[in-house]
Amino acid sequence: MKLIFEKSSKKRKGIHLPRLDVPERKVDIPKIFLRKRINLPEVSEVDVVRHYTALSRTNYGVDNGFYPLGSCTMKYNPKVNEDVARLAGFTFSHPYQPEEISQGCLELMFNLERYLCEVTGMDAYTLQPAAGAQGELTGLMIIKAFFKQKKEKRTKIIVPDSSHGTNPASASMCAFEVLTIKSNKQGRIDLCTLSEIMSEDVAGIMLTNPNTLGIFEKDILEIAKIVHNKGGLVYCDGANMNALLGISKPGDMGFDIIHLNLHKTFSTPHGGGGPGSGPVGIKKPLEPFLPTPRIIKRDETYCLSYDYPLSIGRVKSFYGNFGVMVKAYAYIRALGADGLKQVAEVAVLNANYLLKKLKPYFDLPYDQPYKHEFVLSGSRQAKKGVRTMDIAKRLLDYGFHAPTIYFPLIIDEAIMIEPTETESKETLDAFANAMRKIAEESEKEPKVLKNSPHNTPVSRLDMVKASREPVLRWKK
Amino acid sequence: MKFVPHSAREVQEMLKFIGLKTLDDLFTDIDDKLILKEPLDLPAPMSELELTKHMLTLSEKNGETLHNSCFLGAGAYNHFIPSVVNHIISRAEFYTSYTPYQPEVSQGILQALFEYQTMIAELTGMEVANSSVYDGATALAEAAIMASNITGKKEISISSAVHPEYREVVRTYCNARDLMLKEVYFRNGVTDLEDLEEIVSERSAAVLIQNPNFFGCIEDMHKIERICHEKENLLIVSIVEPTSLGILKPPGEFGADIVTGEGQSFGNPLNYGGPHLGFMGTKYKYVRYLPGRLVGMTADTKGRRGFVLTLQAREQHIRRERASSNICTNHALNALATAIYLSLLGKTGLKELANLCYQKAHYAYDTIKEIAGFKPIFTSSFYNEFVLKCPVSPEKLNKHLLKHKIIGGFNLERHYPKLKNAMIFCVTENNSKTEIDRLVEVLGKMG
Repeated sequence: MKLIFEKSSKKRKGIHLPRLDVPERKVDIPKIFLRKRINLPEVSEVDVVRHYTALSRTNYGVDNGFYPLGSCTMKYNPKVNEDVARLAGFTFSHPYQPEEISQGCLELMFNLERYLCEVTGMDAYTLQPAAGAQGELTGLMIIKAFFKQKKEKRTKIIVPDSSHGTNPASASMCAFEVLTIKSNKQGRIDLCTLSEIMSEDVAGIMLTNPNTLGIFEKDILEIAKIVHNKGGLVYCDGANMNALLGISKPGDMGFDIIHLNLHKTFSTPHGGGGPGSGPVGIKKPLEPFLPTPRIIKRDETYCLSYDYPLSIGRVKSFYGNFGVMVKAYAYIRALGADGLKQVAEVAVLNANYLLKKLKPYFDLPYDQPYKHEFVLSGSRQAKKGVRTMDIAKRLLDYGFHAPTIYFPLIIDEAIMIEPTETESKETLDAFANAMRKIAEESEKEPKVLKNSPHNTPVSRLDMVKASREPVLRWKK
Repeated sequence: MKFVPHSAREVQEMLKFIGLKTLDDLFTDIDDKLILKEPLDLPAPMSELELTKHMLTLSEKNGETLHNSCFLGAGAYNHFIPSVVNHIISRAEFYTSYTPYQPEVSQGILQALFEYQTMIAELTGMEVANSSVYDGATALAEAAIMASNITGKKEISISSAVHPEYREVVRTYCNARDLMLKEVYFRNGVTDLEDLEEIVSERSAAVLIQNPNFFGCIEDMHKIERICHEKENLLIVSIVEPTSLGILKPPGEFGADIVTGEGQSFGNPLNYGGPHLGFMGTKYKYVRYLPGRLVGMTADTKGRRGFVLTLQAREQHIRRERASSNICTNHALNALATAIYLSLLGKTGLKELANLCYQKAHYAYDTIKEIAGFKPIFTSSFYNEFVLKCPVSPEKLNKHLLKHKIIGGFNLERHYPKLKNAMIFCVTENNSKTEIDRLVEVLGKMG
């Protein structure tokens, strides 16, 4: 499809600006500071609408179909949340408008913090981080500030080899050295290894629970004890909170700090890559270090408070991704306690149902009880020359989005599947059927897989060419 | 409301298939001590009707910029957003999709982001731009870290005329990374060049400048560039009000090495502070240090043009602790809004828009400073924001204005205690002459 720039036609424009209603004066800026050219496309309103509508039709979202992208919790995004987040009282509010006319926004954020405390068993939250990775970074900054205040020099963070890449990357941004701990044969943290590497140099451990394999770290209390005994803190990557809503609270498991992904667990849409929101919850001893401003309630009025001398400071301008918070708040209010618990129950039910259906056709490296997701291996198919990449591409032909592939790194030819609770039994059956057919094709017609996808707007794209000869912008 | 499609019978069938009796059996691997015995203490669930009413009530507890005249900017700008933008970004194929890991079913968002990258690169005068970060403040912080990675130096200089919240975020990131941050004074509303010369050294990695700066003033980028590059520092420019690029020379033409900024003005609502849009561009030679997703052009097996996420070896999911940044989720949908908005504006529209903002702001400035008690404190040229010293405290002034359904300017004293009673006013195309005249009238009666 042509680029918008290639549709440009001289002197066209698609906007209808108000006329200048004040007396025009000469521009009083030195000429050397003025712009000469603006290279933007020149197109009409209809051109723009047709162009981006055509583009949208080549894109696949949750509303188009099943999106079993492991670790990403691609559940249905309720439509009503989109509408309420677009209410004028929210979208037209300026972040610096006086607090007296911002009570609706502040009340919403104050209560959202309280609900998140209740769901996760933590004592306080900040809503400032813009995404999960920024939540991790904020959490680690808090850990760093906590030990600085205690005058303890702790320079290392323990991260499992199955963790999200953002965990070690966030630790690096806080100048921590990363100690990688190998998963044991059950796909979990090995207590002996942990005891060996845990020392007084270690600031803490970052754990996802259930972990990225979809397995609950059932020794979690023991893990927390080992880390706490040496003075360290236990951080929860809350990306997999969908499995635990209303079932169990990270705050009861010994976690001192957690980040959530509102765009996963709390159903806010992913927007083709973002925006998200990554609130951070903490236990009481870490509260003084939370970013500012905090939202407080004084009598019946909500206000922003900056008076926290030990705070790590700000991690983002204003108060975080408010528009995303509105959707998460609406979701919690719509579902209530029973609704949230049902989310976790059915998410886990769906995963286990689908796993049982797929087990005959694919390898399962860790045969363990699974929670909301599971990781298969395409190694059986790889022996015949069909790679996991081929399986993923072939799924696109069957009208499904592909699972997460080649992650976690500890599984060869990984196929990571998270169905979420909003998918019906028929959808799971249809997907299982497609996977069964693909497994058969890998035996009988591997070529069909190697050349897939066949029914998509473009066929397989050349990734190597893209990175060897990078073209990152259009030029005339 | 519930969004789980299963009937009780289906749940039973599925449980039976996996050999379990009850839903509780799914959680027997969790220590019973950890299983909640009571339901969560949350408000009762709501129907769609109840929820809609509740949210409407909550939203109406706010006053906002739709029913009040707004002269507040300071990092978030009240621009008009054409209907097209919201209609397109509300297409579910876009907003309910994930990061385009499967390019064959994601050409729509990938091509749109490629177009966005091109537009940002063009507007800032940079060779490449990434496909977004969270906001202008974090973009600047990422740029500081990027500069330290490029130069291997651990000292950063930032002008005190940079947005106070941006400085705070840069400081938080620098503290975490053990980088030293030095602030440069301002004079007459712009960065103090003598102080800059004193602070910048061969030991420092980069100079961070906002243009137009927090006071709305236009910096002398030529002189700043010379000071910066003489000491082999990278020049990082932050554009917080990017409609100014319709009138002002792009930072790339002044020799900037990294340009960051806030794209909210380009088609994203105020939204009480977010989600907005961070943009980042740089020279091609630094592209491997750039954080965030990059979309590149390639071809499919039949030779047709297509787009993919590329140069991923910079990123956390490949490089883990050695990645250029930890960023994963970005602000793609906001970037899409910006691509749509800038397409609508085009060459002439952006220029026209910038002129509207410039002219109206100068009309407001000229008329307000005639009111007794309102005095300019800087003489540097400005775009659409300006600072005036007020006869009373800005807080008092704003309270009074609000009674007349006017949201007044930003109280500078909060961040610059020496600038007593000083306020930043902001004017955009949204402010009609009638509105400006009414502001002048209300202020006149106060003086």
